[in-house]
Amino acid sequence: MLEQYRDLAPQGTVDLLRQLGRRVEGRSLIHVNSTRYGGGVAEMLHRLMPLFEELGIKVRWEVTAGSDLFYRATKGFHNALQGSSQRITTEMFDEYIESNRASAKRLNLDAEFAMIHDPQPAALIDARPRGATWMWRCHIDISTPQHSVWRFLRPFVIRYDAAIFSLPRFSQRLPLPQFLIYPSIDPLSEKNRELPPEEIDRVLERLGVPRDKPILLQVSRFDRFKDPVGVVAAYRLVKKSHDCRLVLAGGTATDDPEAAEVLAEVQEAVATDPDVHILLLPPTANLEINALQRAATIVYQKSTREGFGLTVAEALWKGKPVIGGETGGITVQLIPGVTGFTVNSPEGAAFCTRRLLNDPELMALLGQQGKEYARHRFLITRHLQEYLGLLIYLQQRIPNG
Amino acid sequence: MQGAGMIDHYARQPFCFSSCMELREVLGKRAMDEHRLLELIEEAPADSIYYHTHSYYLRHAYTQQLYSNDFANWIALYAQDRVLGERLGVLDPFEFSDIEQLRNEIVMILADHLHHATTVARCVVSEPFEFIRSHVIEIPLGLEAGSLWEFREALADVEVGAIFNHVCEARMRKKPLSMDFAYWLSSAEGLGLRELALKVERVGRLGLSLEGMRIKILRLCDQELARQRTL
Repeated sequence: MLEQYRDLAPQGTVDLLRQLGRRVEGRSLIHVNSTRYGGGVAEMLHRLMPLFEELGIKVRWEVTAGSDLFYRATKGFHNALQGSSQRITTEMFDEYIESNRASAKRLNLDAEFAMIHDPQPAALIDARPRGATWMWRCHIDISTPQHSVWRFLRPFVIRYDAAIFSLPRFSQRLPLPQFLIYPSIDPLSEKNRELPPEEIDRVLERLGVPRDKPILLQVSRFDRFKDPVGVVAAYRLVKKSHDCRLVLAGGTATDDPEAAEVLAEVQEAVATDPDVHILLLPPTANLEINALQRAATIVYQKSTREGFGLTVAEALWKGKPVIGGETGGITVQLIPGVTGFTVNSPEGAAFCTRRLLNDPELMALLGQQGKEYARHRFLITRHLQEYLGLLIYLQQRIPNG
Repeated sequence: MQGAGMIDHYARQPFCFSSCMELREVLGKRAMDEHRLLELIEEAPADSIYYHTHSYYLRHAYTQQLYSNDFANWIALYAQDRVLGERLGVLDPFEFSDIEQLRNEIVMILADHLHHATTVARCVVSEPFEFIRSHVIEIPLGLEAGSLWEFREALADVEVGAIFNHVCEARMRKKPLSMDFAYWLSSAEGLGLRELALKVERVGRLGLSLEGMRIKILRLCDQELARQRTL
């Protein structure tokens, strides 16, 4: 399977991966997160697992489970750690610990290395087998957390051997090594593979999105931090001068009970505009997302807070100009005027949209440069390379590792 | 291109090409103004000074900023101190034989500038300077060169991380220097070509990208091979 990346990744990458793989061949690694489908973490793991395996690493993926109260608690943690004020009750904290204890009993955590993704399963550290090296992989921005939640989680986090963040500014003061690794997209996945034009046409027809005018697109969960209402406001400003369509395609994840509330707000903002399409897609709608991104004229990721925002890399890989909120990982993916634009308001998004719609050559240039940049920085091959490098480093540094 | 009838001179020890990958570690130390930056530069681990003065070469061209060291870029862009940015920006990391010498020079320039500054420079945007250090994982490529011709052919084809490894890493972080292109070209175990080695050593100081360094070293090898053919 690795060979299929030879012509997609930068030159020499596949050979480097094989060389790195030899250094950790036969080692066991377990990934643990809280959902098998929906959300960027699950998506990345689905693609990374077979590649680790091909390189001779004994890799497994375990998923924690929990009650509705557990998911409400972890959604609250997720928002609170990203700076939003949340009310987390004592029962919710207790349920978090209980659910993690139950998961620890149910899951097979026996491996030389463990990568525990995000806050949901962080308390599994209580069940770390003797001699194992555990890494906490934090995909979200915890730089300005709600203190009550961080105070609760920190004692678990500091017992890990290392932490991994997506950006330096996401990290916290912690008494353990903190590594910096960007997440990635897979150019061969259903969501990113090349699609023939007729297949794109078919999918858009099925989704009821005509291709008669420029399409502005945002693909993301209906989550307040993704600011779908702000996207509608930007579209309304653009619409005054340019006839276009807006597509808001939102997936939902099993650990995201707040989505329905946000969706209702968006529907209210859109009212009955026939040129706005709200598409509720299941977590498996990868082909649909691929086709929508390829059909789009401009792609938005107008988040106000963001972990990394991999929908940006997806759009860059498809050669699309992207307008994103100036936050989180969007700022390392969008180099203003080179691969896209970053904005801080609906007005900013509208201004950049109008500029791009008026200048097709600029759109093409940003698209071309964006694809090249994504090839080097945001493909799964670079991600795998850095994970392998980290395992090699940790096994040298920690004698038991 | 290898001349007919030419006898290749073989080294006692072949040169083994290795590429490398950079693993970045966030140190959790942030500076919001130039005074704090100076304090942190004084106490940062050498690997962090190395990262902020050498990793430029490994970055994609789209993200490379005006200067090749991060301190100069941050000072010019965020602390809005153009003069100090320029004084640090002109520093050539290849002029120094080790990281401590380079650190001392940076500290001296910063301290001197701040001592003579008439106003207290402040960071005007909320973008702190984040101290990072790199751990470089070496990746042997299984590629060896025994003669100058073999060296030239391998260099032309090798993955670009290998240029970084054998030019930057070898000089500043690895002791002894047996992984350094110039060292192997000049040493008795290598090819004993001292003049060529001197020219190759200077390539690092031309302010070139890694691809630029590759092209320049290839040209120097070709000139030497042409010279040998005339002997």
